[in-house]
Amino acid sequence: MRRANPIASHPMSTTAITPAPIPLGRRVKRFMADRPSVPLIILLIILVVILQILRPGIVNERWIGNTIKFAIPLAILAGCQTMTMLTGGIDLSVGTVATMSAFIMATQVVNQDPAVAFLLAMMPAVLIGLVNGIGVGVFRVHPLIMTLGTSLIGTGCLQVYQRTVIASGAKIPDFLAWLGTGVTSGFPNALLLFVPLAALIVFTLARTGFGRLLYAVGDNERATRLSGVQYWQVITALYITSSVLAGITGLLYIGLIKAPSLSLAEPLVLPSVAAAVIGGTSIFGGRGGYTGTIIGALILTVLTTLLTILQMPEGARRILFGLIVLFVTAAYLRIVEER
Amino acid sequence: MTTSPLLDASGVAKNYGAVAALRNASLSVLPGEVHALMGANGAGKSTLVKILTGAITANAGRILIRGEARDIRSPAAARRAGLLPVYQEPSLIPDLDILSNLRLTGTPVEPFRAWVRELGIPDLDIRDTARDIPLAVLRVLDLARALAVEPDVLLLDEMTAALPANLAEKVLEVVRRQGDAGRAVIFISHRFVEIAALCDRATVLRDGETVGVVDIVPGVEEKIVELMLGTRIVKTHVAARSAAEKTAPAPARPRIAVRNLRVGTKLSDVSFDLADGEVAGVVALEGQGQDELFAALAGSIKPSGGTIEVDGQPVKFSHPIDAIRAGIAYVPGDRSEALAMQRSVRENIALPFSAALRNWGPIPMRRERATVLSAIARLQIDTRAQGEVQRLSGGNQQKVTIARWIAADARTILCFDPTRGIDVGTKQEIYKLLRELAGHGKSVLFYTSELEEVQRVCDRVIVIFGGRLVDIFPVEEADEPALMRAAYGLPRGAKADIGILADPTANASDAPGATP
Repeated sequence: MRRANPIASHPMSTTAITPAPIPLGRRVKRFMADRPSVPLIILLIILVVILQILRPGIVNERWIGNTIKFAIPLAILAGCQTMTMLTGGIDLSVGTVATMSAFIMATQVVNQDPAVAFLLAMMPAVLIGLVNGIGVGVFRVHPLIMTLGTSLIGTGCLQVYQRTVIASGAKIPDFLAWLGTGVTSGFPNALLLFVPLAALIVFTLARTGFGRLLYAVGDNERATRLSGVQYWQVITALYITSSVLAGITGLLYIGLIKAPSLSLAEPLVLPSVAAAVIGGTSIFGGRGGYTGTIIGALILTVLTTLLTILQMPEGARRILFGLIVLFVTAAYLRIVEER
Repeated sequence: MTTSPLLDASGVAKNYGAVAALRNASLSVLPGEVHALMGANGAGKSTLVKILTGAITANAGRILIRGEARDIRSPAAARRAGLLPVYQEPSLIPDLDILSNLRLTGTPVEPFRAWVRELGIPDLDIRDTARDIPLAVLRVLDLARALAVEPDVLLLDEMTAALPANLAEKVLEVVRRQGDAGRAVIFISHRFVEIAALCDRATVLRDGETVGVVDIVPGVEEKIVELMLGTRIVKTHVAARSAAEKTAPAPARPRIAVRNLRVGTKLSDVSFDLADGEVAGVVALEGQGQDELFAALAGSIKPSGGTIEVDGQPVKFSHPIDAIRAGIAYVPGDRSEALAMQRSVRENIALPFSAALRNWGPIPMRRERATVLSAIARLQIDTRAQGEVQRLSGGNQQKVTIARWIAADARTILCFDPTRGIDVGTKQEIYKLLRELAGHGKSVLFYTSELEEVQRVCDRVIVIFGGRLVDIFPVEEADEPALMRAAYGLPRGAKADIGILADPTANASDAPGATP
C-alpha cells in the first residue's frame, strides 16, 4: 500500500472543504470506509498505469475490450461466490457447473434445436444447485464439502456423458460466439448479458427481501430464525441461483474460448473466490457487495495480463499472483475497516 | 466451632471493567462441615466459585487453605490445594470411554468404582463412551470422580438439579457422610429443603458481598431471604398507572392457554393463561425451566408434552415462524441472539418483514421506511450510529430487538429479561412501553431476574421453581420478599416453615409451595 497512499489522499481534496481537526490519515480512512470501492478503483487504475509504462501503447480500445471480455465470466462466477459468501458459505461447484452447461450445449446443439440444447444444458445446473442447497440448508453439510462433493460428482457424470457423444462431435453456436467474442461499435457484446445481470444482482442484494436475508443469515442465523426466517428456504434458493448463474457463465465462456473441454471453467473457480474477497466480501458472512466484486474481477484480469507480459516463468508468475492477492486483501481490509 | 477453618477466603473482590462482580466476599469452611453458599441471581456466587477453583483470578483478597495462604491461579493449582469442584455441566469428555476419562485426570479407578456403587449405580461399565451415558448418571460420575481423589474441600454446584429422586437421595447421603469424615463440602443450591437436610451453616452473598453467615436451624430460611434482599425488604407499592397504561378490560377467553406443558426434564406440568391486555411476570431463579418455557412458546423447541392454545385453537409450533404467524414474538434476553450486528437499525427492525417466501421480492422502501421510523420514534431509539447495530449502546440495541415486533405489530410479546445490563433510563422506558402495549390490548409475558421490576410492570406473577409452576399471584401481593420466598419454592403466607425443615426426606420438587 506504499504506493497507494499518496494517490489515496487524492479524493480527499474534494471532501475536505471544511477544515476539521481530525488528522488526515483518519479522514482518509473514514472516507474509504464509507466508499469501499474507491481504493479498489484506485488499485485498478494503478495496475493499468503500470502496464502502460511497462509496455507503452498496450492500453488501447482493443485491449480494454479483451480485458472486459475475459473479466465478465470471472465476474459472474465471483457473483456466485459473493452471494454464497454473504451467508457464510462458498460455492466451489461453479466451475464444474459452467463446464457442464458449456459442454452439453456444444455437443447437443449438433443434433438439437438450440432452445432444446439450452434447456438440456441448464438442467445439470439447476440439479446441482438444488442438491447443494438441500445439503447445506437442510442437512447442514459444510458448504465447502458439499459443493466440492457435487463438483466431483458432476465432473464424473460429464466424463460418462462425453463417451456417449464422442461420435457426434461438437460445435459452438453462432449466437454464443457472437456474445462471447463479438464487439459492437467498440463495446463487447458480452456486456449485453452482463450489465443487466450485474444490475439485477446489485438490486437483489440491496433492495429485495431475499438480498436482505442473505446478509442477515450470514450475520446471525439464530436471529433470523427467531424472526421467522426458514434457513433452508433461503439457502436452497441461493445455491440454485448460484448454480444457474454458473450455467449461464459456462455458455458465455464457451463462446469466448470456443474449445469445449472437460476442465473448461475449472481454472476460474479459485480466482472467482479471490475476486469476491478482494472486492471486500467477508468469507465469514454478512458483509460485502457485488460492486466490489466486479472491480475485484477486473483487477485480477489486469493482473494476469501484467504478469504475462513480464515474461516470467510460469512458477514465478503464480507465486507473484498469490502474493499480490494476499497482500491486496490484507491491505484492503485494513483500509476499509474502521475498527 | 473452635477448630481452625479448612478454607478461609476473605476480602475477595473481582472487577470486570467498571463492573464489580465481587466487592468483599468471604467464606470460611470448617472441617467436617457442609456449608451452603447462597445468594440471589447476580449476587456473585459463581464468581466466587470460579475464583476458589482457579478458573479466574481475583483482583483482591486472601485465600487460606489449612491456615496457609495459597495463590490459586489455575484449576490444577486448586486441585493440588485440595479443592475440587463438580460443576453443573458434565465434565467428562464425550468421545472417550469412562476409563480413559479417569486416566486423563489421574483418578484412581477402584475408589471411583466404589463411589459409583455407593452413589446408587451398581452396573456401570467403565468401557462405555461418555456420550452414550444419560445426563443424570454423568453428573453422578462427575461426583464419584471428585470423591475418588479425596479432596479436602468438595465444591458442588447445583448437584441435585436434573437428578431423579432416587439418585438425588443417594447423593445427599454421600455428601452428608463427607462432612462426617472430617472433610468439608461447599454446597450451592437454590433448594431450601436440601440445604436444611444437609448443611450446617450458610454463607449469604448479596451484591458481591458476604452479608451473613448463619447456622441452619429450623425457621432460618426467613433470615436467609432477608439477608438476600437486604434493605430492599421495605414493601414497595404498585406504582400508580396512568390511563394509557391501565389494563384493558378482561376478555372472555385467554389469548394463550398453556396446559400441562412439559419440556424434557427441564419443565413439567406447567399450566397458565395469558390474557389480552395483560403483562404476566415470570419469576424464577436461574435455570428453573423458564428458558424452556419461553422457547416452547416461541416455537424454538418442541414441547415433549402438554398443549398450547392460541385464541382457543390448539397449536403445534415447529419453527418460530409458526409462532410469529400466530402473533407471538420472542425477544431473547441475549441481544446477540436477536440482532444482525453488522447490519443497520433499519434492516434489523424490518427483518421479520422479509422472512416469508412471498416477501422475498423488491422491498417497498418508502412504506418500510415509514414503519421503521414510527417504531424508532415509539421507542426513542438513538440512531446516531444506525449504520451498524453493533455501534449502538446496549440499551438502544435492546430497544431495536423490541422495536422489530412493535413494527411487525405482534399481538403477544415474550420478553425474556429485557432489562438485563442496560441503563436505568432505558429500563424505565421499557417498563412504560410494556404497560402501553398492555393498554392497547396486547399481551406480554415478561421474565425478569430483577424482582423489583415485577411490581412496576406486571399484572400477575407466575413463579417457576424446579421446572414446575409453583404459584400464581396478583401483583398486589408480589412485593420483593414474597417473590424471593416464592422463587425459592417457599410457600406463600405462612411464616413458620418448620414443617419443611423438619422433614429432610421431602423431595424438593413436590414439597415446597405446591399449595398456595
